[in-house]
Amino acid sequence: MRQYAKTGLGLLFTAIMLFPVYWMVNVSFTKDTDMRADPPHLFPWDGTLEGYRAVLDQQLPYLGTSLIVGLGTVALTLVLAAPAGYALAKLRPQGGGTLSFVLLIAQMIPGIIMAMGFYAIYLRLGVLNTIPGLILADSTIAVPFSVLIFTAFMSGIPDELINAAQIDGASRWRTFRSVILPVSRNAIVTVSLFAFLWAWSDFVFATTLDGGGDHQPITLGIYHYIGNNNQQWNAIMATAVVASIPATLLLILAQRYVAAGVTAGAVKD
Amino acid sequence: MTSHASTLARTREKPRVRPAGHDRLAAWAFLAPVVVYLVAFYAYPLYRNLDLSLRHYTVRSFVRGDAPFSGLDNYRTVFADPTFGPALLHTLVFTVASIAVQFAAGLALAVFFAQHFRLSSTLRALFLVPWLLPLIVSASTWSWMLNSDSGVVNHALSLVNVDAVNWLTSPDWALASVVIANIWIGIPFNLVVLHSGLQAIPAEVHEAAAIDGANGWQRFWRVTFPLLRPVSAITLLLGLVYTLKVFDIIWIMTKGGPADASTTFATWSYRLSFGNLLPEFGPGAAVGNLLIVMALVFGLLYIRIQRRQSL
Repeated sequence: MRQYAKTGLGLLFTAIMLFPVYWMVNVSFTKDTDMRADPPHLFPWDGTLEGYRAVLDQQLPYLGTSLIVGLGTVALTLVLAAPAGYALAKLRPQGGGTLSFVLLIAQMIPGIIMAMGFYAIYLRLGVLNTIPGLILADSTIAVPFSVLIFTAFMSGIPDELINAAQIDGASRWRTFRSVILPVSRNAIVTVSLFAFLWAWSDFVFATTLDGGGDHQPITLGIYHYIGNNNQQWNAIMATAVVASIPATLLLILAQRYVAAGVTAGAVKD
Repeated sequence: MTSHASTLARTREKPRVRPAGHDRLAAWAFLAPVVVYLVAFYAYPLYRNLDLSLRHYTVRSFVRGDAPFSGLDNYRTVFADPTFGPALLHTLVFTVASIAVQFAAGLALAVFFAQHFRLSSTLRALFLVPWLLPLIVSASTWSWMLNSDSGVVNHALSLVNVDAVNWLTSPDWALASVVIANIWIGIPFNLVVLHSGLQAIPAEVHEAAAIDGANGWQRFWRVTFPLLRPVSAITLLLGLVYTLKVFDIIWIMTKGGPADASTTFATWSYRLSFGNLLPEFGPGAAVGNLLIVMALVFGLLYIRIQRRQSL
């Protein structure tokens, strides 16, 4: 096949794959009165910004909550996972293998089951419908994955670097902070991106643990929109477009980290 | 989401020089936060869930925590429930159908994108979009696209003279609808993992086969596919573990309905615990625990295969 033909075919496949994304954007600009037009408007020639106005009017608090929850989850995940990764990769204590195994298993537990357990605990502790409660629950999606990412990455740091620091009299903690962390930038970026994205996208924990909260994340904002049966699909899709911004930014700014995160561990090099 | 059996294997393979006592202490000091965390926020919720499934709960006793122990009653209730059979069947159909199509499409696309042409890496990156979008975004977009009266899918079908399908509202099509949406979300993962698997096959192998006169089709089935088998096994098993637990998409698109037509273990368990005015926490937790067992069977198989490969 000639080069151009291949590129053409590639463009076609991509267009088909991304059609739903296009459709979301298209509907977000479509007027209520045109929403059920037959044939449907394939392009919002005569569009409206009503949907986005609704986002500004109603969804900003939800977006703010999601931002806080996302950042909180990133912070908590990094604090827990980076030291653990260092220990597993470089200090290799007895029982480290078992811990890695447990982390691997932990990733496979369905979120909905974790949510039920958390609900029972949170109800008793009175932390249902709170932001810290949601951050804590959301972090369970990211922590096992992140420890394993850090372990894989830090295993690649040459021992000489660490030994040199030790000879200079640095403590383990000092070595970790001043030598290991600075060279682990890529792992930190990867972990932060995924932790943020997963917390931002979380629906299971939000609906079970924060369903009656004063501060709800954007996923619930969209869910309430759909549930209210108001059929204001331009507003629903406009919110969906706005909720997709972090994912889009991530792909544009940090594509190589994303691909690394997807494949890390699944394939041996 | 991926797992890291290779990391595990690597830590095991390393020739073990036991750190001295002081270092061992330092190591566990670094691990302490995560260990405490795992016990408090993984083990304890799971224990609570197990406990829930072994007691007879009412809303009152749930709050007060004094529900009587009822042994395996909740499990008996669940097995005898008329929803059990359909939920099991739908879970299997949903999982197998999703994975089969995702894998086939992902593999075909991986092979296609492995040829270097202009824009190939950019386009491949764009394929990641569905995987990165929040599930509620994908699910609500598909809901509207599959709308019976005004959805673009039915409009497209009408162009080729196919009658409108009640995708989300007819019991015959609801499961198919959520499978379609889930396939769309899962293709990127399969594409990316299989693509990097393809990259690991040395180019000389293909060249040798080409010199021997193998055509493209033969090269794929006789060379590429067998060499890709380890990566394929991993991709399929991971897909299995992650597809079994899909909840968001189904719940948002159909709530498991109409009339249980798209109910899986995940949505059933949620509905029992949270979906009704009168929550049935016990049976809900029991269904959840059955789901864990299913996920772990495939999960352990995955770890086994991954380890054997890295030896």
